[in-house]
Amino acid sequence: MASITLSNVRKSYGTTHVIHGIDLTVHDGEFVVIVGPSGCGKSTLLRLVAGLEEITEGTVEIGGRVVNHLEPKDRDIAMVFQNYALYPHMSVRQNMAYGLKMRKMSKADIEKRVNWAAGVLQLSDLLDRRPGQLSGGQRQRVAMGRAMVRSPAAFLFDEPLSNLDAKLRVQMRLEIKRLQQELRTTSLYVTHDQVEAMTMADRLVVMNAGVAEQVGTPMEIYERPRTVFVAGFIGSPNMNFLPARLRGGMLELGQGLLVECPNAPAGTDGRDVTLGIRPEHLVVAKQGEPADIQFVVHMVEPLGAETLVHGRFNSVETNVALRLHGTPNVWRDAHLPLRLPPDALHLFDPASGVRLTE
Amino acid sequence: MHKNVTFKNPWLPYLLVLPQMAVTIVFFIWPAAQALKQSFLVEDAFGLSSEFVWFDNFVALFTDPAYYEVMINTALFSIGVTVVTMVVAMLLAVMADGVLRGKRTYQLLLTWPYAVAPAVAGVLWLFLFNPSNGVLALALRTIGYNWNHYLNGEQAMALVITAAAWPRIAYNFIFFLAALQSIPRSLIEAAAIDGAGPARRFFSVMFPLLSPTTFFLVVVNLVYAFFETFGVIHTVTQGGPGTATEILVYKVFKDGFIGLDLGSSAAQSVVLMVIVIGLTAIQFKYIERKVQY
Repeated sequence: MASITLSNVRKSYGTTHVIHGIDLTVHDGEFVVIVGPSGCGKSTLLRLVAGLEEITEGTVEIGGRVVNHLEPKDRDIAMVFQNYALYPHMSVRQNMAYGLKMRKMSKADIEKRVNWAAGVLQLSDLLDRRPGQLSGGQRQRVAMGRAMVRSPAAFLFDEPLSNLDAKLRVQMRLEIKRLQQELRTTSLYVTHDQVEAMTMADRLVVMNAGVAEQVGTPMEIYERPRTVFVAGFIGSPNMNFLPARLRGGMLELGQGLLVECPNAPAGTDGRDVTLGIRPEHLVVAKQGEPADIQFVVHMVEPLGAETLVHGRFNSVETNVALRLHGTPNVWRDAHLPLRLPPDALHLFDPASGVRLTE
Repeated sequence: MHKNVTFKNPWLPYLLVLPQMAVTIVFFIWPAAQALKQSFLVEDAFGLSSEFVWFDNFVALFTDPAYYEVMINTALFSIGVTVVTMVVAMLLAVMADGVLRGKRTYQLLLTWPYAVAPAVAGVLWLFLFNPSNGVLALALRTIGYNWNHYLNGEQAMALVITAAAWPRIAYNFIFFLAALQSIPRSLIEAAAIDGAGPARRFFSVMFPLLSPTTFFLVVVNLVYAFFETFGVIHTVTQGGPGTATEILVYKVFKDGFIGLDLGSSAAQSVVLMVIVIGLTAIQFKYIERKVQY
């Protein structure tokens, strides 16, 4: 049981700076997910916490103790790797016991702990097999077991599900989350998959180019993305972005196309903005209801439970996606009257990408 | 899917393997058969007639205490070459694997000695250890160690082992380095997090994963030491002093081409053939026993 605190953590390789000062606290028992596109530095950040890379600047504390200069083994952490990193020449039992053996634990205690972890993870029948004889999901569980037996202060996960097929990923996602809730072990989890991030995290860190763009609960981030990058990265399909101009409480999209925008912040009148609106927040106006905008359909993707519709607003050159419930009767070149609910409009500064709306 | 490739002309496949078969027969099977035939014959002193003597050549060989002496030499020599080669090569490979700056250059330089022919390697080491003007021999003398492999059999053995192992280290190095680089980094990192120090990591994780390579190299190095080191022995010691560095292959040459005892020489060749067949069989049998990744 411990918290992890990162203060102004930076990492450079020579003159290449990959992490530009990250501040983050993972509270005791909390599950924090770091999400970002590949190359954003999220894995590097995790490796800095694990001690597999040297910290260039700043401090990492685990359980109130600065660990910058401690070896990985002395940091009281366990890590689950993307490729599982199971020792191929050892049985499942030996794999799980290895860390305990290195810590000179007694044979009886090792046996007890391995059996406990194997029981929890339903690996009891597989203890004498080699990793090569296991399926992907089973290997993943062994990797979890190897982390669990040590009862470390924190779990570090480096994209542990990305080598699994889609179905198994959903299943293991639930399993890891359930385990973490039972064990209440502080966890830092890295992934590039935003669905994994949203579903598993107590709190989310969205990283981009070595910077933490936003830290918050999944819903905070979904509802109030702090930057265009965060808004575009979280949510599927992506948020629609349109260039617009604020004019007397209205948003001007393209030529003469005005939409009401009551929540525009004060003092922004007359300036250019980036309008962001999620595909699921665009509503087709019912018969008799006034429409804010006309939408021309270019392509329809029916998915059963929902339908994605791609097209454009009248006289606006940018592609826009809609997400409609069920399988509505929509076809190519159809014109849909849409409503833009005022509270679904996100305004961003076009230059800095920072959110303008409260 | 049916994978068997069939030829329209039934003779074509035979025609295609013919060149390979011809090479094998002319350069391998025919000389081997000749040696086998010769090993049952005794020739007169002038080479005008020969007599079929059944196993007399073999009996003579195995009742000769000198032959056992050569066998012991061979065992010492081949084990020495194998151990020296592999220990040094593994050490270099582990270090090269950890090098970050100038990695390519370092690795390239370490592979160069492989291009040196054994006989040339032998001459090189001979120069270095020449008792009267060799650099290393003189260096040893200044620290009070009297080096003279012309007189001291043990020193001569050490010298031929060194000379034979040296070019071989490069070959082993390549294999060890490749094997080390194929070990996933995350395995080493997992072991580090699990609490294993560098030495522990090497012996409990890396070394077991190198075992298929290690086994392969043991067999290949033994075969090398047995059969391909003639040039080294011939240039460095000619089997001397006395018979201190005479190994099986060298005795085949000495008895056959200097002693002109073709029957005995052929019988020795047959013995060597049996040994190489044995080593190959071991390799084929156990090479499948690979560590599963």
